[in-house]
Amino acid sequence: MIDEELVQLLTPEGERVTHPDYASTLTGEQILSMYRDMVIVRRLCNESTSLQRQGQLALWAPIQGQEGAQIGAGRALAPMDFTFPTYREHGIAWCRGVPPEDVLRLFRAVSTGGWDPQKYRHHVPTIVLGNQVLNAVGYAMGIQRDGADEAVLTFFGDGASSQGDVLEAFVWASSFNTPVVFFCQNNQFGISTPSSTQSRVPLFRRARGFGFPGVRVDGNDLLACYEVTRAALENARAGGGPTMIEAYTYRMGAHTTSDDPTRYRVDAEVEVWKHRDPIERIKALLVREYQTRPASFEAVAEEAEAFALKLRDDVLAMGRPDPLSMFDHVYAEPHPLVEEGRREMAALLAQEGAH
Amino acid sequence: MTTTTMTMAKALNEGLRRAMERDPKVLLMGEDIGKLGGVFRITDGLQKDFGQDRVVDTPLAESAIVGTAVGLAIRGYRAVCEMQFDGFVFPAFDQIVSQVAKLQKRSDGVYTMGLVIRLPFQGGIGAIEHHSESPEAYFAHTPGLRVVSCSTPNDAYWMIQQSIESDDPIIFCEPKSRYWEKGEVDLENPPQGLYDAVVRRVGTDVTVVGYGSSVKTMLRAAETAQAEGVSLEVIDLRGIAPIDFPTLVASVQKTGRLIAVQEAPRTASISSEIVAELTERCFYSLRAPGLRVAGYHVPYPPARIEEEYRPSVGRILDAVDRVMDFEG
Ligand SMILES: Cc1ncc(C[n+]2csc(CCOP(=O)(O)OP(=O)(O)O)c2C)c(N)n1
Ligand SMILES: [Mg+2]
Repeated sequence: MIDEELVQLLTPEGERVTHPDYASTLTGEQILSMYRDMVIVRRLCNESTSLQRQGQLALWAPIQGQEGAQIGAGRALAPMDFTFPTYREHGIAWCRGVPPEDVLRLFRAVSTGGWDPQKYRHHVPTIVLGNQVLNAVGYAMGIQRDGADEAVLTFFGDGASSQGDVLEAFVWASSFNTPVVFFCQNNQFGISTPSSTQSRVPLFRRARGFGFPGVRVDGNDLLACYEVTRAALENARAGGGPTMIEAYTYRMGAHTTSDDPTRYRVDAEVEVWKHRDPIERIKALLVREYQTRPASFEAVAEEAEAFALKLRDDVLAMGRPDPLSMFDHVYAEPHPLVEEGRREMAALLAQEGAH
Repeated sequence: MTTTTMTMAKALNEGLRRAMERDPKVLLMGEDIGKLGGVFRITDGLQKDFGQDRVVDTPLAESAIVGTAVGLAIRGYRAVCEMQFDGFVFPAFDQIVSQVAKLQKRSDGVYTMGLVIRLPFQGGIGAIEHHSESPEAYFAHTPGLRVVSCSTPNDAYWMIQQSIESDDPIIFCEPKSRYWEKGEVDLENPPQGLYDAVVRRVGTDVTVVGYGSSVKTMLRAAETAQAEGVSLEVIDLRGIAPIDFPTLVASVQKTGRLIAVQEAPRTASISSEIVAELTERCFYSLRAPGLRVAGYHVPYPPARIEEEYRPSVGRILDAVDRVMDFEG
C-alpha cells in the first residue's frame, strides 16, 4: 500500500488488500448489486448532462468518479438512519430510494427541494455550503434525546470544509457526542480551487483536534467506503459519538455544466485518475473472484440504458409548475402577505388568460 | 471623448484593473476569482497580471473573506470582496453588520472601512435556488453601510472605481442578468457621483424608479406606455443607500405620480422606503398614491416560474393604469 493512512481494500487493478482495522464483509451478490448501482448512477449523470445540454435542465452537478464513495456510503446505511446531502449526492439519493426524476427537479428548476425528506429519510439538497452539516448534528441530538438506535450521515466537500458551519458542527458533535458521521468527499476541488487551499494537512486529521476519530478512505474503492462507513455508523448508533470520513477521490467531470475545468486543471491529472475508476475496479474483482460472466455486465448495461430512457421521458413530462405554487408552504400557518400575493397573482393570471 | 463598446462584465473587469493600477493597496479576494476569473469571469486575467497576492483565491468561507478584509482595512489595504452569488453572502452577514458597518464608529473615526463587497444579485438567468436573490434591503437598513447598483456598462466601469476609492464600506450590487449586454463606456469622464440617481428617459406623467435589472424592464414599459399615450419618466436609482431623494423629488413634483420597482420582496424594502419618503417630501404634489411593483412575500421561486415573480412590463403598466386612473 502506498499511503499507510489510506484505507483501501481493493487496488485500482481490482486486487484485494488487507487492512488491520477493516475487512470486507460483502458477498459476491452484494458486490454485483452495488456494481449495478454505480453503473446506473453514472448513467443518470450522463443522461442529465445531455438533458442540460439540450436545454431541459438549468444545471447539472455530475458525480463521475465519485460513484464508489457514494454507493459505498449509501449502502452502508440502515433504513432508519437519516442523511443530509449537498447538491451532489445523487448516489446517496439513489440508495435511499428517492425516485431518480425527483433528483432532477431542482436541476430542472421546477422545485427548490424535490422529494419528501421524511419518507426517504434523506434531507432536501443544501446548496449553501456547510449549512446542512449543523442541521445534521441537530438531528443527531434529537436521536440522542429519543434514545433511538439510529445515526446521521452528512455530506460535504473539501471546499465546504473551510466553512465555519462545518467546523462549528465538529465542535457540537464532539461536545455532545452525537451519533453523526461526517462524510467528506475530497474530490480535490471546490470549483477551481484545489483542496490544498482549504487545508495544509490531510482533511481527516482535523477530526482528531476536535476530539473524534478521522479516517481517510480510498474514495474510489467501493468496498473500503462501505466498510468504513458501516463501522462509523455502527459506532455512532452504539453511543460512540462522531467520526469524520474523508473519501479521497477525484471529480472526473466539470464542477457543474456551467464550469470549464480546462481553465484550472491539466488533462494529465485526469488521466491518472481514470486508471482508478471505481466501477472498473469492481468489475475486475467480479470477473476475477466471482467469475461474473459478460452476460451479467451486459444485463446491467441494458438496464442502465432503459433506465436512462425512462428518466428522460419522466423529466420531459415534468410540466412547468403552477406559478401560484410559489405561495404554498411558505409558512405553516396562514399569513396575510402570502395570501395577498396569491390573490394578486391569481388576478393577473386570470387577466392574462382572458387576453 | 474615448468611448468603447463592451459588456457590463468587461466594464467591471476594466474598472477593477484601473483601480488596481492606480492604488497598490487595492486587492481582490474571493472564491475562484484567480485562475478561473470568477464564475462570471469578472476578474478574468487579473491574477495573471497582478499576481496571487493581489488577486486572492480564498479558502471557501465568506465570513472569513469579509472578516479578513476588515483586518486588511485596519492595516491600510482596500479589499474588494467577491461574493460568488447573492445567496452566499449570508455566512458573511455577521462580519458585515457587526464589524464592517460599525468599526468606524467604534474606533471614533480612527479606522476607515474602505472595502467593497461585490454581489451579483437579482434573478432572470434561470438559475437554481440561492442564485437569484435580492438582499439589498438588509444592508440598506444597516447604518454604517452604503449600497449601490449599476445598470449599464458605463456605470459599472465608473461606479466600481468610485466605490473602491471611497473610504466607506460599500455593498456593490451587480445585476447578473445584465452582465452580457453591451453598452458604450466613456473611458475618460465619470458620468456623475456614485449615489446620484439618473433620469434614463424623460417623461411627464409618471415617475418610475428602480435599479439594477429593473431599469431595462422599466424602459421597455415606457416604450409600451408611450404607444398608449402615457409618458413615463424612468429613473435609475444607482444609490440604494443613501438614495438621491432630491432627483426623485424633482421628478415627482413634475409628474405627480410615482411607481417604485424592484425584484426583492415588497415588505420592508427599498421600494417601501422610496414611496414612504416621497409621500412625505412630495405631500402636496402627488396626484395619486405611490405604488410598488416588487417580488412577493415568498422565497425566490424555482426559475421556471421566476418571470411571474419578477416585476414585468405588464405589472408595471398595470400600476401605471392605477395611478393614471386615480381620482383623489
Ligand atoms: C456558502 C456558499 N458559498 C459559495 C457557494 C458556491 N459554490 C457552489 S459549489 C462550490 C464549491 C464547493 O466545493 P466542495 O465543497 O469541494 O464540493 P464539490 O462541489 O466539490 O462537491 C462553490 C464555491 C455556495 N454554494 N455556498
Ligand atoms: Mg470538492
